[in-house]
Amino acid sequence: MKFLARFAQNRGALIGLIILVAIILMAILAPLVFPESPWRMVQRPFLPPLEQDGFPLGTDTMGRNVASGLMHGAWVSLLIGLVSTTVALAIGVPLGAIAGYYGGLIDDALMRFTEFFQTIPNFALAIVLVAIMQPSVTSIVLAIALVSWPPVARLVRAEFMSLRHREYVEAARLVGQGDLTIILRQILPNTLSPIIVLASLMVATAILLESALSFLGLGDPNVMSWGYMIGAARTVIRQAWWLSFFPGVAILLTVLSLNLVGEGLDDALNPKLARERQ
Amino acid sequence: MSDPVLSIRGLTLALPKGADRPYAVEDVSYDVHGSEILCVVGESGSGKSMAANAVMGLLPKGVRATGGEVMFDGQNLLTLTEKQHRELRGLRIGMIFQEPMTALNPLMRVGAQIGEVFEAHNKLTPPERQARALELLIEVGIPQPEKAIRAYPFELSGGQRQRVMIAMALALEPELLIADEPTTALDVTTQAQILELIADLQRRHGMAVMFITHDFGVVAEIATRVCVMREGRIVELGTARDVLERPQHDYTRALIEAIPGNRIPESRYLDPPTPLLEVSHLHKVFRSRGGLFKASREVHALDDVSFILAPGETLGVVGESGSGKSTLGRCVVRLERPDSGTLTLSGIDLSSLKGEALRRERRRVQMIFQDPYASLNPRTRVGMAIAQGPIANGVARDKALKQADELLELVGLGGVADRFPHEFSGGQRQRIGIARALALDPELIVADEAVSALDVSIQAQILHLLEDLKHRLSLSLLFITHDLRVAAQICDRILVMQNGRIVEQGSARDVFLNPQAAYTRELLAAIPGREQALASA
Repeated sequence: MKFLARFAQNRGALIGLIILVAIILMAILAPLVFPESPWRMVQRPFLPPLEQDGFPLGTDTMGRNVASGLMHGAWVSLLIGLVSTTVALAIGVPLGAIAGYYGGLIDDALMRFTEFFQTIPNFALAIVLVAIMQPSVTSIVLAIALVSWPPVARLVRAEFMSLRHREYVEAARLVGQGDLTIILRQILPNTLSPIIVLASLMVATAILLESALSFLGLGDPNVMSWGYMIGAARTVIRQAWWLSFFPGVAILLTVLSLNLVGEGLDDALNPKLARERQ
Repeated sequence: MSDPVLSIRGLTLALPKGADRPYAVEDVSYDVHGSEILCVVGESGSGKSMAANAVMGLLPKGVRATGGEVMFDGQNLLTLTEKQHRELRGLRIGMIFQEPMTALNPLMRVGAQIGEVFEAHNKLTPPERQARALELLIEVGIPQPEKAIRAYPFELSGGQRQRVMIAMALALEPELLIADEPTTALDVTTQAQILELIADLQRRHGMAVMFITHDFGVVAEIATRVCVMREGRIVELGTARDVLERPQHDYTRALIEAIPGNRIPESRYLDPPTPLLEVSHLHKVFRSRGGLFKASREVHALDDVSFILAPGETLGVVGESGSGKSTLGRCVVRLERPDSGTLTLSGIDLSSLKGEALRRERRRVQMIFQDPYASLNPRTRVGMAIAQGPIANGVARDKALKQADELLELVGLGGVADRFPHEFSGGQRQRIGIARALALDPELIVADEAVSALDVSIQAQILHLLEDLKHRLSLSLLFITHDLRVAAQICDRILVMQNGRIVEQGSARDVFLNPQAAYTRELLAAIPGREQALASA
C-alpha cells in the first residue's frame, strides 16, 4: 500500500501508467474492434482521416485501415518489448550475479565476454542478426535481447559486488548457506529495485529498436507493426501525412509512458533518493 | 562569573511532520561562558547536536526554530540571514566535526585548506596565509608540520586529520568553538591526545568550548560544566564535579552507571582444562595488488598469533584499529583464510578446510556482527533470518521457525518473528543478531565489536544479556573490542594486540591492575575518565 502511495505521488508516473494501460487495452481489444486482418484492403487508398465512418484514421497507400493497423501493431510492439526484455534479463541477471558474486577470474572472463557485445553498435548487430536469421517475431525478439543484455549484466554485477561483503551476507555464509542460496535468497532480492527500473526502460528501448528494424524492412512480414507502417509511408509523407504521423505518435506515447513509469518506480522503490532529489 | 559568550534561552526546534516526536529540542536553555568547556551529553536522538546546528545556522532541511533565542554577542543567531551567519562562522564561531575522514576535501592540500578559511573572510595575503597555516599546524602539534602542510588528507592519520580540522577551526581565533563528537571516530590513545590538545588550546586562548559527546568518560576528562540531554530536554545541568559525583536525576545516574569499566574486573580465572579452541602460529598477510606503476603493498594483519580458549570462557581481544583483532575474529570463523598456522576447535583443524567440508563445520563457530543495521537482510523477516541457519543445516522449516521464536524469547523479544528488521531499534537488532548466532548451537561465538555501535545504556543491556546467556548456556565467547572498559566488564581473560601481534595476555584482572607491556599501560592510561573511575572504585 505504501508503495502504491509513493508511486502515485509522482504525477508524471501516474499519467504514464494511464497511457500505458490505454495502450495495453488497445492491444487486447484490437481483434474485437477490428476482427479482420489489418493487411486486408478495405477502401480506396489515401483516404484522409475522419472522412468516412469506420475509418477514423484513414487508409494507407494500398487501402488498408490505419486505425486497425495501429491497434494490431500495439500488440506486436508490446509483445516484442516485454518478451525481449525478459530474455535480456534472463541472460544478463545470471551473468552479472555470477561475475559480481565470485569476482576474480570468473568476473574477468564474463566481463570480457560482455564487453565483446558492448563494443559492437547495438543497432548494427541487431540488423545483422535479423538478416541472418530471416525476419520473424522470434528472430527480432532474440536479436533485441542479444543486443540489450550487457547493461543488465553490468548493473547486476555492480550491485552484487557492493552487497556481497555486507554483514548479513557474511552471516548467511557463516550459518552454512550455500552459494546458490546466498545469491538467490540474500543478495538478489536486494538488487530487485534497480533491475525493475532498468527493465521498464528496456521495454521502451526494445519497442524503438523493433520499430527501427521494421522501418528498414526487417520486420516480420506477417505482422503489422508501427515501424513497418512508418517505413511504408515514408515515400508518400508529403501527400498523406497521417500514414506516418499516427504510428509515430503511438510509438512516442508508448516509449514516453514507459519512461515515466520507470522513473515513478525508481522513486517508489528508492524513497530516500527521491526525497533528496526534491 | 563573566557574561556568557553564548546564551541559549528556551530554544525549541520543530521536527518535520511524521518524525518520531514533534520537537528535536524543546525549551532548552544553557549558557557557555568564556574559558570554560561545556559538555553537552546525551544518547543518540537526544537532540544534543541540534542546538549546536542552530547556533551555526546549519539546521537540516525541515527543522525549524519555533521558539526561544540564541544570543551571541548581542545578536539573536536564529534571526540572522544566511549571509550574516556566514560572516560569523569561522571568524567568531569555529566548529570541529566528528568524521575527520570526510570533513576535509580529499583533493586539496592541507595548507590550502587552512588558507581557505582566511580567504573566505578576506584576511591576509596568500603568502601570509601559508605562514599562518604553518604556525597553526605547529600549534596543534602535527609531527613534521613543514611536510604536513603540503600533504593531502589521505596521507594523514585520523588523529592528524582531526588536528588539521582543529587548526582550521582555530585559524581566525574564534570566541566560541563547537566540537561535535570530535573524538568518537578515533582510537583511545589518539582520543586522549586530541582531548588534551583541545583542553590545552582552550586554556591558552581563553575560548568558550561547547563539546558535544555521548561518552561520560570524555566528560570526566575535559568538562568544566555538563549539560545532560534526553529526548530533546535538559535533564541535568551543573558543574562537572556535581554531575559526575552527585547526579541528581535518575537518568544521569543510569548513564553514569552504564559506563562500562567503572569497576575493576573480578578474578574469574578458570584452570585451563582441555582447550576448546587452540590457535597456534597464525599468520595472515594482506597484499594489495600492485598496478603497472605502483608497487604492491603488504600488511601483516596477523603475525604469529597463538592462544587457547577454554570451554565456558570469555576471551577478550583488545586493540586499536589496524591491530589485526578483527582479522583474527574473521579467521576464527573462517570468513578469511589464514596463510599459515592452525586453528583447532575441539580436535578438528578448521584452518585448512575448504568448500563443502568447511560449510558443514561452519555451524560450530558463529559470529555476532558489529553493525546491527548492516547485519540483517532488510528483506528477510527476523524469524526467517534466525531460522535460515538451521534450515541450511537440514532442520525442517517448521521446526526451525519454532526454534527461532524460542530464541527471540530468550533474548527478550517475544512474538516478533514475522516483522522486518527496519521495525527494530539498534539494540533490538543486536539481540536478533545474538539469537541468530545461538540458533546453530555453536561451540564458540565470536563477537566482533558487538556493542560498539550502541548507546551506553543499550550497550549495558546487551552486555548484561550476553553475560546472562553465558551463564545459562555456558557459552564460550571470543569478544573483540577496541574498548577496554567493555572488555573489563565481560571478559575472563584478555589478549592485547598491536600491529598483528599479541603484546600481552592474561587474566582480565592482571591485565588491568598489573599490565606488563608498555603498550597495555598506554592503552589503559588513555581511557577517558580513568582517574575518576579508579578514585571512586
